[in-house]
Amino acid sequence: MAEGQNHPIGIYLWVWGALFVVSALSYWVDWYGFQGAVRWTLILIFMFIKAGAIVWVFMHMKWERLSLFSAIMIPTVFIAVFIFIMALEADYTEVVRLNFFSDWQNFFTVEHHGEH
Amino acid sequence: MNTATETANADGNDMVPGVTGGARGIVADWSSDQVAFRSAPWGKAMMWIFLLSDTFIFSIFLIGYMTARMSNTMDWPNPSEVFALTVFGESVPLLLIAIMTFILITSSGTMAMAVKFGYEENKKVCFRLIFVTALLGASFVGMQAFEWSKLIIDEGVRPWYNPFGSPQFGAVFFMVTGFHGTHVTIGVIFLFIIANKVRKGEFDRGDPGFMTGRKGRYEMVETIGLYWHFVDLVWVFIFALFYLW
Repeated sequence: MAEGQNHPIGIYLWVWGALFVVSALSYWVDWYGFQGAVRWTLILIFMFIKAGAIVWVFMHMKWERLSLFSAIMIPTVFIAVFIFIMALEADYTEVVRLNFFSDWQNFFTVEHHGEH
Repeated sequence: MNTATETANADGNDMVPGVTGGARGIVADWSSDQVAFRSAPWGKAMMWIFLLSDTFIFSIFLIGYMTARMSNTMDWPNPSEVFALTVFGESVPLLLIAIMTFILITSSGTMAMAVKFGYEENKKVCFRLIFVTALLGASFVGMQAFEWSKLIIDEGVRPWYNPFGSPQFGAVFFMVTGFHGTHVTIGVIFLFIIANKVRKGEFDRGDPGFMTGRKGRYEMVETIGLYWHFVDLVWVFIFALFYLW
């Protein structure tokens, strides 16, 4: 505890430079005008590289004990479950809106056709 | 009272010798000085746990944004065009956002080094680095204020309406960037407070802090540093998912 988190300055400068490069790359994705799956994949890759570098080195997770690492990182994994659930829900909502709200004046007609 | 009943569990079996059982055991376990995080003083551990709860808050905001955008039957405004700046008669996409991103990364770098020089008890360099971090943070908030006023006054964007497309765009924008901007503002205030403490040498002498009898120590620089890096971390996600997507 007393010694604290004191690490060579080189690693901070190195990560700092890397964050600049990766940020420039993610800005370049927009500048160049990538669209669709390529755009989303590149954005996510650069996002996770940056987030990882910040947590791992700047926030010293690299040097913490596994106990603290698990207490913080395991709960965040469950966010992925929530994202998955809400993506399903949003998809369903969109289908419902497209089927009924966009043509709400024919709502009962649509239902009527369904009964045949 | 009776040690025999205290050290026995419900089945009457002996538990670990010297460890209180039953309801008294709950109190004993939670009130004694248990150390779970050996590499982190409790202040730092509590900051991490706070940041975890903050992670959930920002996750909920971003998931809400995802849900609103995915379920939308109108066109979502193109942020690349909405946040473009006109420089010398030419429209540059996302220029201000890019500058804000680089400013926040720069401030994260100076903060990381401030922690290092703090533990080396290099008062002068530590103070300067925290001060620069706070100034960069303040300039970030300033640019955000500029961006907000440009969108509200010039473009007429409201939480319930905008001229570009789906009305939910305004609601998400003001909520997410507003909450992040509040975090940056609070961070800047605390950075100035910590910088001032370093400058006055309170951490060298171990002066007690405001409303506490605990001695000041350079570990506090690392704790506020964690908060500041987290603010940068959230911006990484907002930049990718809101501005670039």
